[in-house]
Amino acid sequence: MAEPRKKPPAPRPQQPAGSSPRPAGATPGKAVAPRTSAGEVGAPAVPQYESLIPKSSGVRALLAPVGGFGVTLSNMFRKTVTEQYPRETVPTKPRYHGRHQLNRYADGLEKCIGCELCAWACPADAIYVEASDNTPDAQFSPGERFGSVYQINYLRCIFCGLCIEACPTRALTMTNEFELAGPSRAGMIYEKDDLLAPLREGMLAAPHPMVEGTTDTEYYRGEVTGPTEAQRAWVREHRPDDPTLPEGAGVTAAEQVGPTAAVMAQNVAAAHRQGGVR
Amino acid sequence: MTITSDRSQAAGTPLVPAAPTPVPAEPAATVTFSIDGVETTVPKGTLVIRAAEQLGIAIPRFCDHPLLAPAGACRQCLVEVWAPGRDGQLAKMPKPQASCTLEATPGMEVKTQHTSAEADKAQHGVMELLLINHPLDCPVCDKGGECPLQNQAMSNGRPTSRFVDIKRTFPKPIAISTQILLDRERCVLCQRCTRFSEEIAGDVWIDLQKRGAQQQIGTFDVQVLGFAGDTPVGASSVDTSGRPFASYFSGNTVQICPVGALTSAAYRFRARPFDLVSTPGVSEHDSQGSAIRVDHRRGVVMRRLAGEDPAVNQEWITDKDRFGFRWQSSPDRITTPLVRDRLAEGTRGELRPASWFEAYGVAAEGLRTALEAGGVGVLPGGRVTLEDAYAYAKFARVALGTNDVDHRARPHSDEEAAFLGHHVAGRTLEVTFADVAAAPTVLLVGLEAEEEGGILFLRLRDAVVKRSTKVFSLAALDSRGLQRLSGTLVPAAPGTEAEVLDGVVADAEEDALSSLAQALATPGAVVLVGERAASSAGALSAVLRLAARTGARVAWVPRRAGERGAVEAGTLPTLLPGGRPVADAAARVDLAAAWGVETLPATPGRSASQIIAAARDGGLGGLVVGGVDPADLPDPALVRDALDKVGFVVSLEVRPSDVTERADVVLPVAPPVEKPGTFVTWEGRPRPFPQALVSHALPDHRVLHSLADALGVDLGLDSVADVHAELDQLGGWDGARVQAPDVAPGEPPAVPAGHAVLATWHHLLDSGRLQDGEPHLAGTAKRPVARVSAATAASVGVADGEPLAVGTDAGTITLPVLVTDMPDFVVWLPTNSPGSAVRDTLHAVGGALVRLAPGTAPTAAADDEEA
Repeated sequence: MAEPRKKPPAPRPQQPAGSSPRPAGATPGKAVAPRTSAGEVGAPAVPQYESLIPKSSGVRALLAPVGGFGVTLSNMFRKTVTEQYPRETVPTKPRYHGRHQLNRYADGLEKCIGCELCAWACPADAIYVEASDNTPDAQFSPGERFGSVYQINYLRCIFCGLCIEACPTRALTMTNEFELAGPSRAGMIYEKDDLLAPLREGMLAAPHPMVEGTTDTEYYRGEVTGPTEAQRAWVREHRPDDPTLPEGAGVTAAEQVGPTAAVMAQNVAAAHRQGGVR
Repeated sequence: MTITSDRSQAAGTPLVPAAPTPVPAEPAATVTFSIDGVETTVPKGTLVIRAAEQLGIAIPRFCDHPLLAPAGACRQCLVEVWAPGRDGQLAKMPKPQASCTLEATPGMEVKTQHTSAEADKAQHGVMELLLINHPLDCPVCDKGGECPLQNQAMSNGRPTSRFVDIKRTFPKPIAISTQILLDRERCVLCQRCTRFSEEIAGDVWIDLQKRGAQQQIGTFDVQVLGFAGDTPVGASSVDTSGRPFASYFSGNTVQICPVGALTSAAYRFRARPFDLVSTPGVSEHDSQGSAIRVDHRRGVVMRRLAGEDPAVNQEWITDKDRFGFRWQSSPDRITTPLVRDRLAEGTRGELRPASWFEAYGVAAEGLRTALEAGGVGVLPGGRVTLEDAYAYAKFARVALGTNDVDHRARPHSDEEAAFLGHHVAGRTLEVTFADVAAAPTVLLVGLEAEEEGGILFLRLRDAVVKRSTKVFSLAALDSRGLQRLSGTLVPAAPGTEAEVLDGVVADAEEDALSSLAQALATPGAVVLVGERAASSAGALSAVLRLAARTGARVAWVPRRAGERGAVEAGTLPTLLPGGRPVADAAARVDLAAAWGVETLPATPGRSASQIIAAARDGGLGGLVVGGVDPADLPDPALVRDALDKVGFVVSLEVRPSDVTERADVVLPVAPPVEKPGTFVTWEGRPRPFPQALVSHALPDHRVLHSLADALGVDLGLDSVADVHAELDQLGGWDGARVQAPDVAPGEPPAVPAGHAVLATWHHLLDSGRLQDGEPHLAGTAKRPVARVSAATAASVGVADGEPLAVGTDAGTITLPVLVTDMPDFVVWLPTNSPGSAVRDTLHAVGGALVRLAPGTAPTAAADDEEA
């Protein structure tokens, strides 16, 4: 009734269980070289070393012992590459993997949605994120979710940049800042306020509602180019003294570096002074 | 007590033996067919997708769930099928078949996506269609990382989308209840949630709406669907947020949703699967012993999921089990021992933090004084683990030399103690969930299955739906839960239960009673008695008489998780561990030998009420109180008074309570998530659970061990291993049992005009302390109402919906009245719901006389203010 059952596939040739590859020349019964120096007993005889480079002759052979000085002599007259860091700081290459930064949209809302994909991607387990709900009273990012706790432990970070690749909203990018050394372990854990990008001119500090009539999709597409009057009105109502309002003191006054980043900046400055930089 | 099987073999009869592994029945008929060229033999009627699972062949699926009826809704599990035709020739079915609805037939050859290009292409096509309208919001979706759609899109979907149009969007999310949120655009219409609510829970609170491309899941909305004459929710079934009541089991739909369409407000955006460490656990909320999975992140429990245990909770848990865990990490936890200094004039001063060493010293000193002043009573409370209950039992007998120990922090009676000693203690696994599921008839006495035992309700409902089990309930009114069990109400006013039970005879005049007697006489019939039966004189005796008359088996189903284990551990005044009667000299000698003490106290102790009365009147010098909330006892004012007056109080508590305010020494103990232990289900099934969180908090048995040490007694219970070894060595008792209670039915009280008899039981979700800190869960609780019959309402002059004042000399509760079909001159109130703390306000229990009057409190206005 059923069609004839197919033959089971022939078993693949397998190595007999327990057999380990044996070094060539160690076949039982073959001659084993006498032990000439320190080494494994019964190791196979090593054939004598023979260089594959053809031997020079004539004048070349005569000058060969001092030929190496040629490299030295030629470099004595080249421009030196030593960088006088920290006395002078040479800019890094533009794509250098430095300290992270949490970016903002043009109206000042945070891009981070607290999805933890960066933490997931991190091979060094350096990132810790906790998410929370955006509420009408406190909207930090477009959509429903924002990152309420964001920590990067620079003692663990290996600056591989996988977190940047994982970030679905381009919230996390890397700056070129590389001066990350400090006297305490706790001081090497950057919190969200240390990592947030500074407000640029025209941005309105979060939290405030999204641009009216938009969703997170419009934000992601870059269709939001700056804060609207409705957003400013909301901030005026809830935080009349906010410096990022047009009548306020401006974004520089609003800029508050996080405590960890501030201490780190002091450390760097002190190190530079020690290095003789004014 | 058996945690491991080898230990039980070594020790002979363990105190609480583990349940034997169920042996699957031999199938009557089998079918032999092949999947991907692998021949297999399965019982007749097996679905192809199940057979493939057994062979380890993965077929992608969304709508298929082993506990739900096949639906074939998502079409993701398509396979190529060849089956013998009428001529016996193997012929290919013209189109791919859904393997989740296809029963295996002899000679069938199934080719899954692993061997058939056609099946693979079909699955890719279905996946592409499912993803057309599914948003790409995985980064903000709670399911991301544990999402079947995400995983199977990777394994069985196209790498890139060909869809270029605009996806369908809905406003998100809509709140189905305060707890359950629905993102319709993520839904793939697998209908697992609607099938769960219809087939398993039986309350239709979520359903498919509209047709075609507009089809979507929604709340049960009259505007959209209409109720077709069948009101899905009773008039009182309105939750505290005012919506039609959702369900006590709604959280299960979040767990079985294969996409992130259903999420819970409590866990929304809280964590990712890779953050979480999962530990198996057992729910501490009821005596059902539901298996749960505790997911925690950095020492904080983030969520709890249903564990899988076919013998107990299958794959379902109640919302209380799922969402009620914040109390364990609430900020008011007691973290250090507290000691109250005596002021110079001898009155009590303030509590101050102290070291463990000092606290043990002060406690031991105070207990010594109290022992000289008349003795010390022990009130462990009903939420203890088996290990802790055993420690309380041993501590009372060995360190305090008394039988004054009673865990029953609820209405209780001496009749109940005799019933427990005679029928419950030491008789484990005589009636199990499987027996209830297989029973032809189940009679519930003083037990509201849905409110007082959620899993029992689901198992009963499963039996009712699949096996036509007949459910009878001896209660004051026909509840929505009983209606969903298609149950028959045997109406009995509180206090007349014994009389009605004695009337259940084959030749009874009433048809209802005689048919019940006949139904109970069928082999396998089960009588389930709730803890409320204790407050009706003679009811438990009448249940035993009924069982003897009809041959039905009787099981006792308490509410709290620790009650059954505490009965086994012997925290009753008349009962020693393992069902050994205190009054039996042989049992005392047996136990004294096991404990290595000279003698054990021979006089039976006082019950919880008597302990409290004695403490108040100076008959006792001190109290050791475990997790007892005075408001749970029949007369909370009396308890508070007793705690004030008694000479010395030691409290072992997780969080501050009324006892803490009056205690002289407070010793913090660990909640279940921070200690290993064992709960015992109402069946007598041990449910061991490991410690989930790293913690310095000590379980009760270690605290009691150290306290006994300070009193100069070695309790030998310093570790869980010690307790288990002792429980295993102790074993059960095969000697004489406690005498069966034989209490005559109480005389029903004469009800004067304007009065009524109080009927009351707990709602599953109420003001219980283990539900603290969970506002989303509290929002799905039933709105408290007072229920009376139409005649009673008319006699008081209250119309349906108007406030009714129910009062005693102690206080008055005013709730909107709901006219219900129930005996006249009976009023029903929820025992401990917001605005209806029956014991604390009225100082009354079920069966008490209460005054009825039209209420004046503007209940509705107060609610509006809250909103």
